[in-house]
Amino acid sequence: MNLYAIKAIYRFEMARAWRTLTQSIISPVLSTSLYFVVFGAAIGSRIPEVDGVSYGSFIVPGLIMLSLLTQSISNASFGIYFPRFTGTIYEVLSAPVSYLEIVIAYVGAAASKSLILGVIILATAGLFVDIRIEHPFWMVLFFVLTAITFSLLGFIIGIWADGFEKLQLVPMLIVTPLTFLGGSFYSINMLPPFWQTVTLFNPVVYLVSGFRWSFYGIADVSPALSLGMTVFFLLACIGLVAWIFKTGYRLKP
Amino acid sequence: MTTMLSVSHLSKIYEGGFTALKDINLDIRRGEIFALLGPNGAGKTTLISIICGLVNASAGKVTVGGHDIVDDYRAARSLIGLVPQELTTDAFETVFSAVSFSRGLFGKAPDPAYIEKVLRSLSLWDKRNNKIMTLSGGMKRRLLIAKALSHEPRMLFLDEPTAGVDVELRRDMWNLVRGLREDGVTILLTTHYIEEAEEMADRIGVIRKGEIILVENKATLMHQLGKKQLTVHLQTPLDAVPESLAAYALERGEDGHALTYTYDTEREHPGITDLLADLNAAGIGFKDVNTTQSSLEDIFVSLVKK
Repeated sequence: MNLYAIKAIYRFEMARAWRTLTQSIISPVLSTSLYFVVFGAAIGSRIPEVDGVSYGSFIVPGLIMLSLLTQSISNASFGIYFPRFTGTIYEVLSAPVSYLEIVIAYVGAAASKSLILGVIILATAGLFVDIRIEHPFWMVLFFVLTAITFSLLGFIIGIWADGFEKLQLVPMLIVTPLTFLGGSFYSINMLPPFWQTVTLFNPVVYLVSGFRWSFYGIADVSPALSLGMTVFFLLACIGLVAWIFKTGYRLKP
Repeated sequence: MTTMLSVSHLSKIYEGGFTALKDINLDIRRGEIFALLGPNGAGKTTLISIICGLVNASAGKVTVGGHDIVDDYRAARSLIGLVPQELTTDAFETVFSAVSFSRGLFGKAPDPAYIEKVLRSLSLWDKRNNKIMTLSGGMKRRLLIAKALSHEPRMLFLDEPTAGVDVELRRDMWNLVRGLREDGVTILLTTHYIEEAEEMADRIGVIRKGEIILVENKATLMHQLGKKQLTVHLQTPLDAVPESLAAYALERGEDGHALTYTYDTEREHPGITDLLADLNAAGIGFKDVNTTQSSLEDIFVSLVKK
């Protein structure tokens, strides 16, 4: 394994995050804090408890998941798209680096950045509302698996995109709506039966539900199903990335 | 001399059906400078891109240092340094970190002393902490060379290395390339500047429409395909070449003020002495003579026009 190469790409990507600190860290933390202020403190105080959890606390896992998904996709897609755009990808492709090493480095860096961000948001949330974590091990597992899975998805988007517009297309038009409608701000039990069934087709429901269960022990679907679906998404993304490298799709003509 | 690069029956057909390379066979010897010449779209960059792993081949086999570029890509690529044609750099990185990044990418442990040596040899040491976006075009070109040399490659691919750089920098690069050759580095360069190939190359290959049409030692090529001409500048102009000089196939030029004789230097008697004597005998006075030899450019143009 070319560990020097993995380290070089990983450090390069992390350095980019520190160079663009406002965009990478401060901006998402600020926007999530605003959610807490508006939904948690202002409106949340007028909303009754959900399954015995105050509304402000209830939305914390969903908000962390919202940031985790969007930032993982954004970091990973930009990380691989930008060298494609500038042409500097030639260096990575001509180096003695395996596809696995490329994925570990880029996806590892993207996942690291979103995990750091998630921890900061969790700490920020603690300033506004009471938080308890009933299942810390499962919380970390959901946290890490989701970061890796959606960083892989971002990596795929970064290779698929042939312009900056497409780079934003999936996160803005698909992931964000799915996250908002995936139970980040409500329990799907609050919905009419028909919409409850429809919502089960939204993959984000399983991520948010499992993550919230690790915090408060309450869930819309069983934690085992949530974990199973998370692993399924992870394997699906790994399969797609493997296909990309096998065929050279958008990387090697 | 052993073979450093071996290309065998290599073809490339892009999606859409465009054939970029047709059954290319080429061996590059260890330690030589090989110049690949060809017009735009001839397939030079595609050939280099396949060898370096940037483009998939449609058919054929390539080995570098005896290592197959597909089956044993790690060993093959670790021997290769590539300087691309385009000035592709990370604008926000510093010079030193960009070159260090390249070294890491090729699986080498950090070696600041070696990076310093490379940067000094390319007159970039003073700029080591500058962001790349602040560099001039010539400096960026040198940076790309520094990145390609950062992992101590044994074979260097230079794709149009001096495109758009000034004369002084071009000379500096030529000296650098010669220095690398002295260190045993094998060099394959593509160029539009025939002067560059003429100045540096040991052997020359010409590629046209995806096919290698010629590979030859530079000296042999120029000797075999080059023409030598003697031009006699006359004291008084001639309306026509006299019949007595017909055997020399002279060309009348400069409105009759000059006669040009094309001869073969390989012949034991090129006929120059006889010509001058016959001119005297015909009463044709001349005030000057000069000889010219066709350049590699003339040879190249005549080859690609065929």
